[in-house]
Amino acid sequence: MVRVDGNGGSQSLIRVRGLNKTYSRGGEKIQVLQGLNLDVDKGDFVAFMGPSGSGKTTLLNLLGGLDVPSAGSITVAGDEITHMSGSKLTQWRARHVGFIFQMYNLIPVLTAYQNVELPLLLTKLSGSERRKHVETALGVVGLADRMRLYPRQLSGGQEQRVTIARAIVSDPTFLLCDEPTGDLDRKSADEIMALIEELVAKYGKTVLMVTHDPVVAARAHTTLHLEKGVLVEGTASSRQSVLAGGAA
Amino acid sequence: MAIPLIYNVRSVRARWTSAIVAVIGIAGTVGVFIAMLSLARGFRATLVASGSPDNALVMRAGSTSEMMGGITLDSVRVVEDAPGIARDSSGPLVTQEVVGVIPFPLISTGTDANVQVRGVSPHVLRIRNFVKIAQGRMLEPGLSEIVVGKNASTTYSGLTLGNILNFSGSHWKVVGIFDAGGSSFDSEVWCDAPVLNQVLKRPQNIFQSATVHLVSPDAFQQFKDAVTSDPRLNVDVIREVDYYAKQSTRFTTLITILGGVVASIMAIGAIFAGLNTMYSAVAERGREIATMRALGFGAAAVVVSFLVEAMLISFIGGAVGCAAVLPLNGLTTATINWQTFSSLAFAFKITTELLIKGVIFALAMGIIGGLLPAVRAARLPVATALREL
Repeated sequence: MVRVDGNGGSQSLIRVRGLNKTYSRGGEKIQVLQGLNLDVDKGDFVAFMGPSGSGKTTLLNLLGGLDVPSAGSITVAGDEITHMSGSKLTQWRARHVGFIFQMYNLIPVLTAYQNVELPLLLTKLSGSERRKHVETALGVVGLADRMRLYPRQLSGGQEQRVTIARAIVSDPTFLLCDEPTGDLDRKSADEIMALIEELVAKYGKTVLMVTHDPVVAARAHTTLHLEKGVLVEGTASSRQSVLAGGAA
Repeated sequence: MAIPLIYNVRSVRARWTSAIVAVIGIAGTVGVFIAMLSLARGFRATLVASGSPDNALVMRAGSTSEMMGGITLDSVRVVEDAPGIARDSSGPLVTQEVVGVIPFPLISTGTDANVQVRGVSPHVLRIRNFVKIAQGRMLEPGLSEIVVGKNASTTYSGLTLGNILNFSGSHWKVVGIFDAGGSSFDSEVWCDAPVLNQVLKRPQNIFQSATVHLVSPDAFQQFKDAVTSDPRLNVDVIREVDYYAKQSTRFTTLITILGGVVASIMAIGAIFAGLNTMYSAVAERGREIATMRALGFGAAAVVVSFLVEAMLISFIGGAVGCAAVLPLNGLTTATINWQTFSSLAFAFKITTELLIKGVIFALAMGIIGGLLPAVRAARLPVATALREL
């Protein structure tokens, strides 16, 4: 169940309370997030929408430990990450977060196999264990036969599949998707969304996704809108404010 | 765990046009560094090879070179009786010698260059037993005959076997070419000492040095103590190897300092080339770096990775520099020996140790040039860099 009223229980996988993020630009303070609350349970699939500059990506960066909030707290699986040091946060990311980026962010000089293996280099797995995990992840995304190819030898859809394999290979606590279909044609976008849905339905993954595309957002269990620094449920036009116990 | 090395290797390969600037800069610096040091090594090796550990040089007290030395025949006779000197059937193995500097035309340019002409005693080949007659025969005492070192023979006009030369008012016949094993004697012309004294119009009973062959290197101290404590003598005694090593000091120090200065200036340029290459690598790969950081690679791993990459580039530069100067090894060149004012031929001497030093020098340039860009890479704002195009 996804809630945005700050009344979720302590059993939530992701618990965000009173999240603020302020940027300074040219001496002017811009408050992007203003006391944002969020509760996400394991296995939820949430889409974040909102106009450009509304703070979607900022929220995703904060949830992924890539940025630190100005105030408030983020707790994931019982660990509060907001007060972690930079190096602790780096270790936490490696263990808990799988990133899926709009531009895929694959390392061009590494093969698909080597790209997927990267997160596992931060674990204590042996070479043969790593190989097994990588092959499994590439099998899940349907690219077991492309593992020796470089990103430039793959289509956009295939590159995003490799990114998804890299995101799931270390079995993280949740996946963060930043416009995962933003650079793909409709057919490839459908395939990627089907794959993400499969990860949620079949493997019980928790997915938080930022998107501009209402069609893509509709594939999520819950769509939340960022307006004036807080999350609201439903469409932007309805301007419906936060509902307690929002539908999951 | 560190970012895999294959990432750096392939990144360098993919961006070789950028890396090549740094590679050339470092290669040039390492090449000059090794060439200069090999020049100094070669010069020193040539002079040091001229000395034997079981030979000792006796000169007038206070003399720093044979050119300034002076020892009378009476003193030589006293020295010959000192303990520790090797003897054979002809008596004590002592060669009293005179040296002069005679200009000869260079084959290459036709201009004159100074050659050291050494008047020797008949024992000389038993005292300097590494010197072998390669062509012809040894000179006869009392005759105007000369034997020529192999380098001198190939460097100067007329110093060929059988040729008759005219210098210092006398006719000289080249009766032999000797091989002195790459030592400084290879650049010399030898004749009979009394004959040279005569043509140079010097007193017949005064020589410039006496070289004695000891029964063993260990006999040196006994010999030195006996000679220097003898009230009839006013001489200094020095091991022959030490004498020639000392002779090489001024030139090797000069060339080492000069080489150091030139290499340092070039190194600054090479470091800037390395900085430029690595800064552009960081700028071009901001999103890759941010991705690595997002995946969980720490700032230290990024610093190490970029330092490794800088060192990889500098290693290639170092290897290219080493390879480029290797053909110089053994190449003979000549310079003035300022102790004797004569030309001395010597070969570039590129040793494994020098090559290792060259590579270490290259790696040091890589580390210095790579450090700041590596730190910049680690400090990239991850969230922003992730969305770079």
